[in-house]
Amino acid sequence: MGLGAVLAVLAVKAWPAVVVNGWGFVARSQWLPGNTYGGVVHTHGVAHPQGSLYGAWPLIAGTLETSLIAVVIAVPLALGTAFALTERLATWIARPLGFLVEILAGLPSVVIGLWGVLEVGPFLARHVYPLVASHVPDTGPFRFLTGSVGYGEGLATSGLVLGLMIVPIIAATTRDLFLQVPALPKEGGEALGLTGAEVARRVTIPWVRGGIVGATVLGLGRALGETMAVAMISGSVLGKVSPNLYGTMTTIAATIVSQLDSAATDGTGFAIATLAEAGLILAVIALVVNLAARRIVARTGRLAAPVGRG
Amino acid sequence: MAVVDQVYGSTRRRRAVDWAFRAGALAALALVVAPALWLVVGVVARALPHWRWNVLTTLSAGTSGGLENAVAGTFVLMAGVALLAGTTGVLTGVYLAELVGPRRSGRPGGVWARGAIDVLAGFPSIVLGYVGYVALCVALHWGFSLLAALLILSLMVVPYIAKSTESALRQVPTNYREGAEALGMSQGYALRRVVLRSALPGIVTGLLIALSVAGGETAPLLYTAGATNNLPTWSVLHQPVAYLTYYVWTDYNQPSNAAHVVSNDAALILVAMVLTMLVVARLIVWRTQRHAESAR
Repeated sequence: MGLGAVLAVLAVKAWPAVVVNGWGFVARSQWLPGNTYGGVVHTHGVAHPQGSLYGAWPLIAGTLETSLIAVVIAVPLALGTAFALTERLATWIARPLGFLVEILAGLPSVVIGLWGVLEVGPFLARHVYPLVASHVPDTGPFRFLTGSVGYGEGLATSGLVLGLMIVPIIAATTRDLFLQVPALPKEGGEALGLTGAEVARRVTIPWVRGGIVGATVLGLGRALGETMAVAMISGSVLGKVSPNLYGTMTTIAATIVSQLDSAATDGTGFAIATLAEAGLILAVIALVVNLAARRIVARTGRLAAPVGRG
Repeated sequence: MAVVDQVYGSTRRRRAVDWAFRAGALAALALVVAPALWLVVGVVARALPHWRWNVLTTLSAGTSGGLENAVAGTFVLMAGVALLAGTTGVLTGVYLAELVGPRRSGRPGGVWARGAIDVLAGFPSIVLGYVGYVALCVALHWGFSLLAALLILSLMVVPYIAKSTESALRQVPTNYREGAEALGMSQGYALRRVVLRSALPGIVTGLLIALSVAGGETAPLLYTAGATNNLPTWSVLHQPVAYLTYYVWTDYNQPSNAAHVVSNDAALILVAMVLTMLVVARLIVWRTQRHAESAR
């Protein structure tokens, strides 16, 4: 299939960069294209501009940080949404609201990015982040939440918007799963005097736990690879990891899209190869995450145990 | 055992937990729905004050002008994806649902195809775009071209179409197949005349959603379709194609009001397009579901 070809092209393209950048690539923070009009030097037989030095650590860290924030935000929101839509609300109101959540999944990511950078970021930076930053104690791990809140472009806004973007993915799967849970065990729980919350916690959610985990990992995969929205909201700052929750940063995907233009000006082709290496790292992360999701769904799909532990 | 524990717990506390749980679920829904509304209303409110219908009939001048070329290009891209990814995806779905029967599903063929589809569905779109650029546009000397963009875009949405086709086919009642077999139809004939026909609404719905995704993509197009202020041409190679998302992305942070208007207008057209397709898809589902219920 096309997939193998895609990976092969990526690997071939990335190879010169892998040779020159070495293992330090995943640990370094610099992103220096070198002097593209100056001399060409050779390292291990690969030509690259004088003074070029690439490190992908800020990109990898940014990708993982934004995706982590996104998942932490999205899972409770998606579970609550799915539960409200299937168990709490009447059909006449649940249907249009469900459709609205579906629309959220269908909106182009540039449009979401546009909204994020023009409206969400400034709003949060003005009204929300200062509150958080000034009320959190300035010690230990909380220090990450303090400091300059910036103008709304950066890690926190990217993570929040990404979270909103993957809610529909998780919520849609969870809603379908909730609908598959047979009524009898739930009614049995209610007959035993369990409250709605206890039925949800002891019957409904355990019944479909594997599916929820699978959907979450799927959402994580989407967040890792999301490009345009993050490229617009993150501030696209190369070469440093954000010092706090609000700082500007970038991700692998956002870097590829914003740097490919200027990389093409590198006559030796080394900048392009380096982007391929970054893409290869992203592809491998996404691949692992997706395969894990498949595994989890396949395994727990069989094990989907009824009430159990009760 | 746990049930008994629960029953003997403090009733007041359990009521409070239940209340908090319900309130939390509704709050979560509100926290998802409110930004979604804000998003749609925001896009409309930013574009509407400066909206002029002639953007649809004026060519772009980069950071000013209209979007005729982009609208036309987006439709050409969507039509191409419908053709390319539509056939490939539907055929893959038919293969997975009908030709790799449950009897043999343990065998590698189906498993590998399904695994590849899942992996492709979760593949970062920008990486696909990058590969399209280096492999098709540069190495094969296609340049920024319609064909390169179509191939990459199709690769992206084929998994979705294949999956929705497969699940639409699986929802066809077994009675239909058995009836067809009892009438002596061959498998291929029954597939064409009975099974595919009743799965058609589901397949079309999946196709529509895939097309709305394709129309809203940016990352895989930036370096395969390129950019142009001209209308699409008939040549599939060496000619860049314009598309709406490009103008949202390049013009939003340009230092002129005309550019912001272009960016906001493009976003509005995209949202209107996506909404229309999703509503149509929803109507198809709704109509066929009602039909199925009345038929029973």
